[in-house]
Amino acid sequence: MSVLLDKKAKVICQGITGTAGLFHSKGCRDYGTNMVGGVTPGKGGTTIEGFPVFDTVEQAVAKTGANVSMIFVPALFAADAILEAAAGGIKLIVCITEGIPANDMAKVNKILKNYPDVRLIGPNCPGIITPGVAKVGIMPGYIHKPGKIGIVSRSGTLTYEAVWQVTQLGLGQSTCIGIGGDPIVGTTHIEAMKMFNDDKNTEAVIMIGEIGGSNEEEAAAWVKKNMKKPVAAFIAGSSAPPGKRMGHAGAIVSGGKGTAAEKIAALEAAGMVVAKNPGEIGKALLEAMKKKGKSAKAKPAKKDKKKKDKKDKKKKKKK
Amino acid sequence: MKLHEYQAKEIFAKYGLPVTPGAVVKHLSEVDAALKQFPQGPWVVKAQIHAGGRGKAGGVKFAKTEQEVHEKAAAILGMTLVSPQTGPEGKLVKKIFITPAVDYVKELYVSVVLDRVNRTPIILASAEGGTEIEELAVTKPDAIFKIIVDPIEGLHSYQARQLHLRLGLPPEAINQGAKVFQTMVKVFMDLDLSMLEVNPLVVLKDGTIHCLDAKVDFEDNGLARHKDYAAWRDPDEEDARELLAAEHGLSYISLDGYVGCLVNGAGLAMATADAIQHFGGSPANFLDVGGSASQKAVTQAFKIILSDTRVKAILVNIFGGIAKCDVIAQGIIDAAKEVGLSLPLVVRLEGTNVEKGKELLAQSSLKYTFASSMDEAAKAVVAAAKGGKS
Repeated sequence: MSVLLDKKAKVICQGITGTAGLFHSKGCRDYGTNMVGGVTPGKGGTTIEGFPVFDTVEQAVAKTGANVSMIFVPALFAADAILEAAAGGIKLIVCITEGIPANDMAKVNKILKNYPDVRLIGPNCPGIITPGVAKVGIMPGYIHKPGKIGIVSRSGTLTYEAVWQVTQLGLGQSTCIGIGGDPIVGTTHIEAMKMFNDDKNTEAVIMIGEIGGSNEEEAAAWVKKNMKKPVAAFIAGSSAPPGKRMGHAGAIVSGGKGTAAEKIAALEAAGMVVAKNPGEIGKALLEAMKKKGKSAKAKPAKKDKKKKDKKDKKKKKKK
Repeated sequence: MKLHEYQAKEIFAKYGLPVTPGAVVKHLSEVDAALKQFPQGPWVVKAQIHAGGRGKAGGVKFAKTEQEVHEKAAAILGMTLVSPQTGPEGKLVKKIFITPAVDYVKELYVSVVLDRVNRTPIILASAEGGTEIEELAVTKPDAIFKIIVDPIEGLHSYQARQLHLRLGLPPEAINQGAKVFQTMVKVFMDLDLSMLEVNPLVVLKDGTIHCLDAKVDFEDNGLARHKDYAAWRDPDEEDARELLAAEHGLSYISLDGYVGCLVNGAGLAMATADAIQHFGGSPANFLDVGGSASQKAVTQAFKIILSDTRVKAILVNIFGGIAKCDVIAQGIIDAAKEVGLSLPLVVRLEGTNVEKGKELLAQSSLKYTFASSMDEAAKAVVAAAKGGKS
């Protein structure tokens, strides 16, 4: 199993007739995602590369039963596209678009409170993938491997780096969520942590954060109190000077707040193993798992763990 | 994008926020004209740079007579201001603002910023004005009020009136004060700002509220909707290489070190600079060529890195996802040839078609060191930059 994205996902792409939208819709289909069509206002009724195109999300949902949307609509129109998806009955909205004004996202997040069962991932993110099952986003599928490590990150290529290190260790990923690099995003680290904590098939989590804001600290506080699984982490931006925006709109140390040192301290205090440099994310994961494994042995939780292992073995046999 | 105080005040005036007008002076010969425009003294002469803490650094001076205005202007114009916000190298003052002085009885702090946790704009306000809010946040966190703003409706009137009274402002000015707070939020939302700050907001002798200073930062994504203000960008205040990079769709930030970095993706670019620092080197820049890392982008990126004479070695770290490593490798080879690269080069490629990419690099005449992991790459480039064997 996984979080957010499973076999039941029927995916449409808003902005499917654009270059990027079409390219990645094909990429997702090739990976095995059930891509059922797309939306481009004014092009409804046509077909592109085998995808039926609709004028509105409402129509696309009615005709295809879509429950997931991947958004590639240009920045100044993307907020409207997100709201259209929510109103149209989509439950998981993955917004890849980069450059959406932060004030638009503040408005969108307020309106989305009226749709408590809708989850927004992004914007300005690589998307989400459950290896071997489906991908909704722009990440290269082949670097992933089905497994039990959950990964949550604000960035694209740095997530690939972490994924690759995990895959090289012979481990795989349950689900990887790119939450996006903007100051205001639909899903934050803390929400991703909660989902991974509740997911039976995620055994450990890698959280990749970066300088700016306090979302990592909030997640750390939650992890300290509630997280049952080992967590490894990395915070990008320890070499960043204050006041400079490091590519991502959100990645800026301002007023002495949001520094890497501050975040690393908060994460370590919450019991996470923090990689000292990006080349050691995989190593930190192993250490976190070992640490938690040891402490698990000391507790009566041992029995549960054995049971779980048995269950997993059974599942494997079934396959 | 940051604006100068005089530009921010122009916006404030347009929205009816109470500010005192003044004149911008770029050269001492313009001081007389400024005095003619604003003959009523005393005056304040204020350095116009994109950094706070100007007063304590000596960039804001009071002048009683016209003669003093000339003296203070001469002292401030052309000086290098060093404040906690400018960095140790300081900032050269190329413009000053001459404005009639205002008598006031009380100083406060008010700003509107985006709050990531609430995902809304918020107002931060304190009756303890004059100091930096960061300082106050540490010494007296209870003295800062935080008001959550509805991102669709803006600041409600009742919230504005409550804030006015909580700040201890004169009750008889409650409606004027409330209007000021609501208008600040309106400016913030209308113009897609990332920050609006008035420090200090003051109470005049007649009990009314007045904006003595004005600071406005446009949110970079929102600026696409405000093209007329985008033209207000002051290139003097920005790093020339950063501007050039932005023109080519690259994200470049100048750092203090000597190892040039060329990376695809912002997070990986940040992490690469971190890795260089971790292994005892010092990154010269943060450079994100974009997720696709096209040859054109790579060529331009090499040019920008090489224009920085401090750079002693270059690390290319590309994780090919959608972009294929063989295409990127060809891009690196061609770009290096075009710019006549002679510095030590370390290349780390990973991802789609990496074997083909390696082959292309090996067959070319390019001199480089190949690294197969991030750690290896960072170690190799630091060694090369320090003159060791790469």
